[in-house]
Amino acid sequence: MAAPKASLYLVAPIWKGGPRGIRGLSRTVAPEGNQRKRRTVLQFLADRFYDVQALREYLLRKQVSKVHQKNRFQGQEWMRPNGRGRFSLEFFKFQAVPVEAVDASGCAINYQGLDNLLALKELQSLSLQRCPHVDDWCLSRLYQLAGSLQELSLAGCPQVSERGLACLHHLQNLRRLDISDLPAVSNPGLTQILVEEMLPNCNVLGADWAQGLKLGPEEQSQDTARSIPA
Amino acid sequence: MLRRALRLGLGRGLLGRGLGTWRGDSTLDWDGKVSDIKKKIQSVLPGGAWNPLYDTSHLPPEHSDVVIVGGGVLGLSVAYWLKRLEKRRGAIQVLVVERDYTYSQASTGLSVGGIRQQFSLPENIQLSLFSVDFLRNINEYLAVVDDPPLDLQFNPSGYLLLASEKGAAIMENNVKVQRQEGAKVCLMSPEQLRNKFPWINTEGVALASYGLEDEGWFDPWCLLQGLRRKVQSMGVLFCHGEVTRFISSSNRMETASGEEVTLKRIHEVHVKMDRSLEYQPVECAIVINAAGAWSGQIAELAGIGKGPPGTLQGTKLPVEPRKRYVYLWHCPQGPGLETPFVIDSSGAYFRREGLGNNYLGSCSPTELSPQEEEPDPGNLEVDHGFFQDKVWPHLAQRVPAFETLKVRSAWAGYYDYNTFDQNGVVGPHPLVVNMYFATGFSGHGLQQAPAVGRAVAEMVLEGSFQTIDLNPFLFSRFYLGEKVQEHNII
Repeated sequence: MAAPKASLYLVAPIWKGGPRGIRGLSRTVAPEGNQRKRRTVLQFLADRFYDVQALREYLLRKQVSKVHQKNRFQGQEWMRPNGRGRFSLEFFKFQAVPVEAVDASGCAINYQGLDNLLALKELQSLSLQRCPHVDDWCLSRLYQLAGSLQELSLAGCPQVSERGLACLHHLQNLRRLDISDLPAVSNPGLTQILVEEMLPNCNVLGADWAQGLKLGPEEQSQDTARSIPA
Repeated sequence: MLRRALRLGLGRGLLGRGLGTWRGDSTLDWDGKVSDIKKKIQSVLPGGAWNPLYDTSHLPPEHSDVVIVGGGVLGLSVAYWLKRLEKRRGAIQVLVVERDYTYSQASTGLSVGGIRQQFSLPENIQLSLFSVDFLRNINEYLAVVDDPPLDLQFNPSGYLLLASEKGAAIMENNVKVQRQEGAKVCLMSPEQLRNKFPWINTEGVALASYGLEDEGWFDPWCLLQGLRRKVQSMGVLFCHGEVTRFISSSNRMETASGEEVTLKRIHEVHVKMDRSLEYQPVECAIVINAAGAWSGQIAELAGIGKGPPGTLQGTKLPVEPRKRYVYLWHCPQGPGLETPFVIDSSGAYFRREGLGNNYLGSCSPTELSPQEEEPDPGNLEVDHGFFQDKVWPHLAQRVPAFETLKVRSAWAGYYDYNTFDQNGVVGPHPLVVNMYFATGFSGHGLQQAPAVGRAVAEMVLEGSFQTIDLNPFLFSRFYLGEKVQEHNII
């Protein structure tokens, strides 16, 4: 950043290091004590000077656009990056070989980045666990892999909701679907049942459907006598 | 002596009490007085609205570069793009005048919230494509510092349009145009339809078109609030009032071929405050008519349509309010999570709502004969008989599971219905040179609002459409009689 040192000092504590800034935006984070005080200083200045306000909006836009720069194709035939995060050059020898499985867990892949994955027409297994930017819009693009995709994992994606899961009905060859631990799904048990109905040939892993149910009054009194498996 | 002492004592006591009360009074008064003086100084200094006679803080400003009549999604979209495309920060002052800040009758909030690219006109498809791109990246466009991101609750489930034998050829043509413009739509035969959606009865269906991506429905209220929040942060002023009058001046000019033409220019907009006779004349350079179902009345105020019929002066803005109903029902055996927004060939449509086997739907009146069966637009009362007679039979015929259903609730809203060709009016009026229209979308205004807002802003700032060419949607087509008809609307 070309901003002078003084304003860097004011700005850096607000955005608390690049990668977390975006994730912080996707859920409402309650600011801690001293962060709140620093926020009010910048806010105070922003209320009084148009330039500081413009600076804050510029920084916000920059943070949001940073996401687009991080999308690099990370397909692997279980070719893992070495200690420094780089792939060996042998990767290039396999250009003609169709990719069967991609593990993009935890990657900052987003809607535009999926272009790279959707080009793999023989993809059988895709793991998008804990990807922070995979949301319902991304899921609506997965129909292009319907011909070959057999295994899909969306566990732990914070922005996937039941509305995105509704688009998975195109994937008729899917045999294993993991939709556990999706915080944005409003009713995990009911969603599990509906997804199972939608994809009859698929083994859906996820929330236990009995999780959201409450015991009736008669059953509750019996529960104290013997333990009912949850 | 005693009396003198008493008098002295009383006097001292009086004095003492007086001093005490003065001290007490002055400390109590001092804080109030200081804040009063501060307020007065702030209002006198430049930037404060100082009116020595009475408080005018509730009135709109006396001058504004652009006045947007109507604060719904189209009006706010135009305001947003005007502020975003202005060349210098703060170059344009925009005022949005909205009569009803609760939006109780506004079409935006009462809308079903669908967005599709399955139109037959390339312009409509392009508008919709850009709007869906806007919605996808809404947190980049409408990000406000310190505010949480927007959650539009978009359901990317797609639209499914069903066509009978007569309509199959038109549908094929439409899908070809849609694919050319870049929409991702596929055609399905009745057998493929039965495989994919076993709950459909394909009797009478010859062809179906299914949107695979970028189609679905979302929460229009969230979009409205997001636009409102962003637009306020960009410095657009809001006024809660009603436009009652335009003060304009006329100019007689001669065209190149020697015809005489009277050009009008609006100078002032009279904004009347709610529940009061007070009004504020706002001097403005440009007026944008985004009043939705009531755009026709605003156009009449500006003198559009006052002239001998058949001439350009006599051509009215053919936008009028049309009431449409929406019903919410529960059907326990109904279609599941994969249900798209289904539009039947008979005009009936429905979509899934939530996870509890609830569905929203109604009938689009393509089959209704005009004027006879149109519901009275004077109020927003719901006619439940309409569901029984016109909607349910078609739904039950198409989806047998809907033979047993229970209507949970219903509401009505207005279409800003363009009686000429049911497509939007965008751009300036040829005679009233500084009034721009952004209205008349007849039921698909919400899904095209971001793109139309950008088009109108480009027209205002640059003088012509830069990104999407909406010249077929100009006002002049009403006079020239060139209909741009859409072959399928809801």
